[in-house]
Amino acid sequence: MIGLVHPRAIVVGGTLLIGCAVLLIVAIGTGEFAMSPGEVLSGLAGSDPAASFIVRDLRLPRALCAVLAGAALGISGAIFQSLTRNPLGSPDIVGFTYGAGVGALVVITVLGGSGTIVSAGALAGGTITALAVYVLAFTRGGVSGHRLVLVGIAISALALALIDFLLARARIEDAQEATRWLLGSLNTRGWEDVWPLLGGFILLAPALAVAGRPLRALELGDDAAHGLGVRVERARLGLVLLSVALVSGVAVAVGPVLFVALTAPQIARRVAHSPGPALVLSALTGAALVLAADVAAQRLVPSTPLPVGVMTGAFGGVYLAWLLARGWRKAAT
Amino acid sequence: MPTRGVGIALAFGGLAFTALLSLAVGARSIPLGDVVEALRGHGEGTRDATIVTDLRVPRTLLGIAAGASLGLAGALMQSLTRNPLADPGLLGINAGAAAAVVIAIGLLGLAGSTAYVWFAFLGAGLAAVAVYMIGAAGRGGATPVRLALAGTAISAALTAVIYGIVLTDPLLLQKYNLWSVGGLSGRGRSELAGVIPFMVMGAVAALLLARSLNALAMGEDSARALGARVGVTRIGGAAAITLLCGAATAAVGPLYFLGLTVPHAARAICGPDVRWVLGYSAVLGAILLLVADVIGRVLVAPEELQAGLMLAFVGAPLFIVIVRKRNIPAL
Repeated sequence: MIGLVHPRAIVVGGTLLIGCAVLLIVAIGTGEFAMSPGEVLSGLAGSDPAASFIVRDLRLPRALCAVLAGAALGISGAIFQSLTRNPLGSPDIVGFTYGAGVGALVVITVLGGSGTIVSAGALAGGTITALAVYVLAFTRGGVSGHRLVLVGIAISALALALIDFLLARARIEDAQEATRWLLGSLNTRGWEDVWPLLGGFILLAPALAVAGRPLRALELGDDAAHGLGVRVERARLGLVLLSVALVSGVAVAVGPVLFVALTAPQIARRVAHSPGPALVLSALTGAALVLAADVAAQRLVPSTPLPVGVMTGAFGGVYLAWLLARGWRKAAT
Repeated sequence: MPTRGVGIALAFGGLAFTALLSLAVGARSIPLGDVVEALRGHGEGTRDATIVTDLRVPRTLLGIAAGASLGLAGALMQSLTRNPLADPGLLGINAGAAAAVVIAIGLLGLAGSTAYVWFAFLGAGLAAVAVYMIGAAGRGGATPVRLALAGTAISAALTAVIYGIVLTDPLLLQKYNLWSVGGLSGRGRSELAGVIPFMVMGAVAALLLARSLNALAMGEDSARALGARVGVTRIGGAAAITLLCGAATAAVGPLYFLGLTVPHAARAICGPDVRWVLGYSAVLGAILLLVADVIGRVLVAPEELQAGLMLAFVGAPLFIVIVRKRNIPAL
């Protein structure tokens, strides 16, 4: 029933929490100057000044960015998939990601802006694109999941063409910077990127705390939700806004990290055998995914650390293919 | 039907006109009369004649070849899979060719478009097989929606791989960014020479398959009853698609939506007969690519917009219209 936490969910949550902690230490130990877990811990405690500088000032903010971004994407994806009742209803697929890319690129290459203006451009671009996809997928019968995805593909292709065009015209330094941004990178993240993310989470915390109940009720269908005392339209609008706020926050802070919002809730659901959306588990899974992807991206080609989005994109694409094939095979039996 | 014959004659006329336009329009406009003179070999050595014969003729020929190839490939894909959403770009074939070419340049250090073309074939073929296998999982077979979704997944994974490689090398990144916006600008003779044999082979194979494809349109069982060899047709069709798409992508970069749009226009003109659809698709594909290229040259002159960009603006809305209109089978 609603509100009851299954023991398995607690076990899985605890395991994920420990996994995140371990990954955090590994992530902090990763870099040009490799550190053992012991050194990382003593750096965190502040007992060794040299290690403390590297850990606290350079690597901890980056790792925290990964954790916060992953968690935000996980929650946002869980809300989105639950509302659309479609495992594919993720912000990546409805065009938000590439729309944000176009917005940011226009600011970088055409207007010559940087910093906050890029973020504003990304937010505007993403929101407009997502809105356009939703409106175009809307027909008399409402919005069907498949049509949403297909329209998302077309709009994403359009956005990608624009991105390619803007990149081809850009100066080489701008293009390299823009490409890194487009894939989502944690490479130069510092405390100044952590605070806005953390602040956003604290601001949204009350909303997140009460989001679980209406979300679960809505999964049962609008009528059932209404019967359970949920004001359906208001709840849905609030949840969409919450989800968009989380994704755009991440897009602004680290760029679009592809496919985490798609995969994290799915994995969380599967591991926990949970019938409904599991916001906390999705958040933990998202954090673990981004941390692991960032460690892998740094270690794969040690001379040039790759953006974390390359790893999540490759992993997420393969996962999506598997998810589709599995779903179809299951539907057949 | 004679109207179809008249129609195709008109289409060829349109192609000739667009080709002349493509020779005359550009950063430096050349009057049509001078273009014709230059083509006949007069005025040799003048600046205009050099521009026409050395730059614009190869570019235009490349546009015709690539446009016709992609139009044919799209028509083949749509009738082979009976899928109104089939497009080499959307089904991950472009991404496969691109990934293979990037791997060839970045990891194996190959250079020259003749070497790329083989990798483009390999990548295009592998991606097509992967997408089809994912789409065909389970009962119900490879429906249009499934194939489009599987293509998206594979494209996403491959794009990540591509960026993983090109980001390690700024020069390669710039080259890739230039190539990845498909189009004709800066391309011409050497690209065309490398791929034209493959395009011809693919086109011949496509035309030979037309009759069996007509039979296949009525369903596999009816096709067998009519004496068509279903397996051979499928494999031959897949080979022709790989040849046409791989060659076109290697030469002009990935172009989305051309293969989607053109067969729909062709069917609207000439009806469902695959033989005519293939013919019309080839001519209309060539026209569409040239028109996109010419508009791209005019719109922001003296700069150029790549044809691929213009195509996305024509094709994506059409795709959305099809998705909204048709009752596409569910997943």
